[in-house]
Amino acid sequence: MPLRARGTGVGLADRLQAYLPRIVLSPTIAAAAVFIYGFILWTIWISMTNSGLLPRYELAGFVQYVKLFASDRWWVASRNLAVFGGLFVTFCIIFGLLLAILLDQRIRVEGALRTLYLYPMALSFIVTGTAWRWILNPGLGLERLVRQAGLESFTFDWLVNSKMSIYTVVIAGVWQSTGFVMALFLAGLRSIDDAVIRAAQVDGASLPRIYARIIVPTMRPVFFSAVIILTHIAIKSFDLVMVLTGGGPGYSSDLPATFMYTFAFTRNRLGFGAASAVMMFMAVMAIIIPYLYSELRVRRDG
Amino acid sequence: MAERPPTRAPVQPGAVAGRIFLYGILVLAALYFLLPFFVMVTTSLKSMAEIRTGNLVSLPREITFEAWREAWGSACVGVQCEGIKGYFYNSIRMAIPAVLISTAIGAVNGYIFSKWRFRGSEVIFSLLLVGCFIPFQVILLPMARTLGTFGLAQSLTGLVLVHIIYGLALTTLFFRNFYVGIPDDLVKAARIDGAGFFRIFFRIILPISAPIIVVTIIFQMTQIWNDFLFGVVFTGGDTQPVTVALNNLVNTSTGVKQYNVDMAAAIITGAPTLLVYILAGKYFLRGLTAGAVKG
Repeated sequence: MPLRARGTGVGLADRLQAYLPRIVLSPTIAAAAVFIYGFILWTIWISMTNSGLLPRYELAGFVQYVKLFASDRWWVASRNLAVFGGLFVTFCIIFGLLLAILLDQRIRVEGALRTLYLYPMALSFIVTGTAWRWILNPGLGLERLVRQAGLESFTFDWLVNSKMSIYTVVIAGVWQSTGFVMALFLAGLRSIDDAVIRAAQVDGASLPRIYARIIVPTMRPVFFSAVIILTHIAIKSFDLVMVLTGGGPGYSSDLPATFMYTFAFTRNRLGFGAASAVMMFMAVMAIIIPYLYSELRVRRDG
Repeated sequence: MAERPPTRAPVQPGAVAGRIFLYGILVLAALYFLLPFFVMVTTSLKSMAEIRTGNLVSLPREITFEAWREAWGSACVGVQCEGIKGYFYNSIRMAIPAVLISTAIGAVNGYIFSKWRFRGSEVIFSLLLVGCFIPFQVILLPMARTLGTFGLAQSLTGLVLVHIIYGLALTTLFFRNFYVGIPDDLVKAARIDGAGFFRIFFRIILPISAPIIVVTIIFQMTQIWNDFLFGVVFTGGDTQPVTVALNNLVNTSTGVKQYNVDMAAAIITGAPTLLVYILAGKYFLRGLTAGAVKG
């Protein structure tokens, strides 16, 4: 009798032990199911209703999307994202790669320089945006500096010029993220086998040629990662625009992220805001799912 | 990132000019990155009178800490004129529990996803990973409703919860990737000796986790402290974190614009993460690249 009792006791403990990881993990699984997937579905639902100030849950089809695509402001925000995203990604990669290559030439104070290039990444976009807002200030900032230096007719009013305001976001964004891209490329450069380079040197190839023909092409995965990450940052960009231009003048520097915030939370057009959020979500997924797929596949193969 | 042993770029006598040119560009780049910070510091130490007459890069003729005092204790953020100190404390009260809890849960999750895999765990992990990438706009409205339902709207507790929930995917990823590199035999041997799930975690896994704990805490601290979106949506009035307060201060259109106070407030807001970066830059970078090259 005692033996059997002991026997079932062990069996239960064993079974509990076997299920313990699942039990411990279950709160996270539940949280992800509800707060990620459930909430995404919820937002999609709201986007298909006539919700205004308060959510209403009778489905109304695609009216909000029809309104969204008819909205001039949405297209301004989308075009801005294309302009901002394109320039932001391009300049970050050019400057990041350049700095990485230059830093890779046995620089004596490399550590210190790297620290300087990368510190903006530790700061909030709100903090650095505040600084750029002041530097780009049309009255007292850069404009005054250049005028005092002798160029009396110099004007620099991009911050309040609705044709140029989105480019101030590019300037601040590139400044903030270049160091990070440099770090990615530097890590990539360091992982290249020196034997390949030495062999090319023995063959008499010049250093720029070695970089252009051998080193940079082998870093294709790093380029790929950098483009994905930067595009992802660009689509999510919100803080920088809010502090730098507030989306203005007018709505000339709106991005989808600020567009969504404005309509969902300050103008109380929930259905409309939700529709723009769903569009953002789909844009990100279109980029991320192939990326994740390729990353995970590579890992499994390797 | 280890320093490369001296193998590349053989130094030839004729290359000296090239080296000078190289260093010139690198120093120029450093100055460019430093410029905004330099402008922030010098502007914050000037009086408004001096700002109106001087220029962006001029050093303060007379150093005054008046702007710092005002930014901390008496500048107007919205309708209240008590400076950003209250919001700074809010950020501390938000960041500490959010960072610690999300890191702790992430450690256990990562341990399961690497050492206690079960049927379907890889799929669950991939599904969780998506949580790192979603644009948070797509969950804001339901979250606001849910927090309201539970009486947590506009509260710091609600904000902490939000940070924990949406930080979990990344902290789990960090720990999982670290534990994957630890030999399975270590865990198997302990299991044969009769050690259970928690015993192995606390006795074997946790003691060797110090580096990844540091990386995760630093990464989460930076993310959560610097967050603006969740703060501006889920808090209001005197529960706002400091980033939101700074934005309100900078974007206040009433009264005379005090750029020196803006700059002092911005430096105060950025100080904690900047300090962490200076003290533990190596770990910061590791988190950044781990968080970037996900999977």
